[in-house]
Amino acid sequence: MTNEALQNLINSWITDLEFSEEESQFLNITVTPEHLHQLMSDLKSNKETSFDYLFCLSGVDWQPELGVVYHLESTTHRHSIVVKVKTADRENPVFDSVCDIWKTAEFHEREVYDFFGIKFNNHPNLKRLFLTDEWEGFPLRKDYEDEINMVIK
Amino acid sequence: MNISLNITETIQEWLIGFMPEGVASILGMSIVALIYLAIFAVAGLYLVLLERKVAAWFQLRIGPNRVGYWGLFQTMADALKLVSKELTGTVKADKFLYNLAPYFVIISSLMALAVFPFTKEFQAFDINIGIFFLIAISSVGVIGILLAGWSSNNKFALIGAMRSGVQTISYELSIGLSLLTMVLLTGSLQLSEIVETQKEGWLILQGHVPAVIAFMIYMIAGTAETNRAPFDMVEAESELGAGFHTEYSGMKFAYFFLAEFINMFIIAAIATTVFFGAWLSPFGITESIPWLGVFWFLGKTLMLVFLMMWFRWTFPRLRVDQLLTLEWKYLLPINLVNIVIMAIIVWLNLTIKF
Amino acid sequence: METTLVKSNFKSEEYFINMGPQHPATHGVLRLLLTIDGEIIKKVEPDLGYIHRSIEKMCERDSYQQIVHLTDRMDYLSSHINNEAVCLTVENALQLELPDRVKVIRTILSELTRIASHCLWWGVMGMDVGALTTYFYGFRDREMINDIFEETCGARLTMNYNIPGGLMFDIHPNFVQRTKDFIAHFKTKLPEYDTLLTGNVIFQKRTKGVGVLSKEDAISFGASGPVGRGSGYSCDVRKHHPYSAYDRVTFNEALKTEGDTFARYQVRIQEMWEAMSIIEQLIDNIPEGEHKVATNAVIKLPKGEYYQKVETARGELGVYIISTGTKNPYRLKFRSPGFSNLSLLNHIAVGGKIGDLVASMATLDLVIPDIDR
Repeated sequence: MTNEALQNLINSWITDLEFSEEESQFLNITVTPEHLHQLMSDLKSNKETSFDYLFCLSGVDWQPELGVVYHLESTTHRHSIVVKVKTADRENPVFDSVCDIWKTAEFHEREVYDFFGIKFNNHPNLKRLFLTDEWEGFPLRKDYEDEINMVIK
Repeated sequence: MNISLNITETIQEWLIGFMPEGVASILGMSIVALIYLAIFAVAGLYLVLLERKVAAWFQLRIGPNRVGYWGLFQTMADALKLVSKELTGTVKADKFLYNLAPYFVIISSLMALAVFPFTKEFQAFDINIGIFFLIAISSVGVIGILLAGWSSNNKFALIGAMRSGVQTISYELSIGLSLLTMVLLTGSLQLSEIVETQKEGWLILQGHVPAVIAFMIYMIAGTAETNRAPFDMVEAESELGAGFHTEYSGMKFAYFFLAEFINMFIIAAIATTVFFGAWLSPFGITESIPWLGVFWFLGKTLMLVFLMMWFRWTFPRLRVDQLLTLEWKYLLPINLVNIVIMAIIVWLNLTIKF
Repeated sequence: METTLVKSNFKSEEYFINMGPQHPATHGVLRLLLTIDGEIIKKVEPDLGYIHRSIEKMCERDSYQQIVHLTDRMDYLSSHINNEAVCLTVENALQLELPDRVKVIRTILSELTRIASHCLWWGVMGMDVGALTTYFYGFRDREMINDIFEETCGARLTMNYNIPGGLMFDIHPNFVQRTKDFIAHFKTKLPEYDTLLTGNVIFQKRTKGVGVLSKEDAISFGASGPVGRGSGYSCDVRKHHPYSAYDRVTFNEALKTEGDTFARYQVRIQEMWEAMSIIEQLIDNIPEGEHKVATNAVIKLPKGEYYQKVETARGELGVYIISTGTKNPYRLKFRSPGFSNLSLLNHIAVGGKIGDLVASMATLDLVIPDIDR
């Protein structure tokens, strides 16, 4: 499906979305944290979109917000889409987990928690993945400081 | 000087010359035992070198060739290193059993070597239940393995020992039954008698079809008995730890290691004796020179040892449950049917005699 | 007399085993916490991070030419393809038009890398299953490819030959002839390997029906590369999103439907044949031209988000760059194939035996630095 058709279809399910195509090769959807899980499961289950392949889940520190970017692809229709969600709360950022929709999200969300501190609701095993359990701080945030390990030019 | 090949008698007669008879016989037996021990301890080392060289040739490399010409002193050097290693032990291990376990294994291996007929009359212990003695003695080795695993106080060693024990006990059945098939042809368990009957043609030819089947089953079961690949799941490095000898180091580890190679030699030697005519030359070409029999015996045994090494470096490993399925569901029924076929052939006089 | 079946009160206990970071079968520093009941595995939990080098954080500080050097060390067995991924992202963002010569040479080098990686995989797979000799045969052929790389690129493992804009220097005059000699040699060896390992009954019993992964699970877990193709999921990036010179060669995508270890094994062997066919189509007709396009000394990507997918030997590698117009990326994320492939280990190993776990892991072909980054 073309980006226009996708935009019309998805807008008809939830109206509180922002669509953008500039500065990116895919159609970008920005969704609020409350509608995230609903949108994701609709994107997967709807026969015309059927986005069953989540190929990238990245955490981003947008300064001042923290967010997560999901890249989705459909193996039947071969179209791709990007979903972004952001929150301004840096002390306790929380989103809904999409593990129940795509099983690959389990490890990816643990990595996002490890590096950004973003928590996910309903995650079966949310703990640090790469760093040791006692590590303090979230390294990929832009305001992370570590005099010993970081070499800044 | 005409030294008869019957060394036990020679030594005893020499000693009787200057000692009372009882002491002479005990001393004579001890001397023979020490000679055998020395020869086979060294032979074990050279079998290890042979394995390393054969492995290297299969893998397109050369193998040890620095220590001594052609690497001949390599295992001597390794043995010296093992002797000088610290004997570590775990604190909570059962000290008595931990120290006792390697001795069970090595003693049972060396005792089995006593009955082999290396050539005409060159046999240390010609007992009339020869084959039965061999099978019984090799069963004693299992106790050593189980003791080693239990007394190490180590979860992985215990699992390894249990798996190894189960494997050894299962495959002993197949070994016993396939040897029994050949005993039907000879009518006697005594090893020198078995060789006598082979003067009319090696037993594998006399028994044709069932003998060939028995030989194949025997080689498979023999490889499994000594925990060698493709049945070495127990001590596979890519599984958990090193199996039942994880906690052993130094000389005690050397005992286990050496016992494995001597066991391999024993399996091959039994096959040579029972299937391929021990020290008899093909078509009797060197009948008149009895001491050449030693070379025929060793030659045949080493060919079978090479076959077992070939298996190791070619085939992947069987999983533990596949190993046991092979024995209980395939080899055992085939063996039993084979015995019946051999019995029918012997009864109807259909064996091939030259 | 009536007999009743007495239910046994015997309860077997689960115990806990560590397949520790140093282990011959885990292909790198991976720690697996296994919960076992007898011989059956109940749960597998991987513990990662032993070789985490914070490559993504370093990329936020380095220039784009320096980032290419870091990608070699991620999946070191497909270093050309990793380099190519970042270079392609940068070139697409700057909208550079690459000469054909660059595209064709990059494709040939990627396919040679794929063959080298699969040779090593084949050797190690045999070794894990117990056939210890295959390791040497696999490495013998890999050495020939490494020699070709050393002559042209200057290094055997971490090549750094691709730069944003093209290749660092032109290929060596011997390159074409040596590659053709290697292909001729390898075509006689690959059927030997089939006979040695693929046709062996013991090997087939160890791998058939073991570690089964269905197609829906493969897609849901994000499996890509041979792992996905072994389950019938057509995921070859070279077919669906062609890059470099893949749109001008014809090759088949190796697909099997059983989804077990043996299917993944066969997919990789088939991929080696396909890679040789691609090289043969390109090696005689390398177009003349420049080996690179001039870029600025300081590369700045225009503001925006860029994503590029390539097919490494392990699966789909994705490079996601968010740029704000400065000389460093604002955020760079590597979507590594091993990361998603590892997450399905728990799913396929539960219920099997420890020997099955080793065989399944061998076909997942994990390289831990790729996962840990």
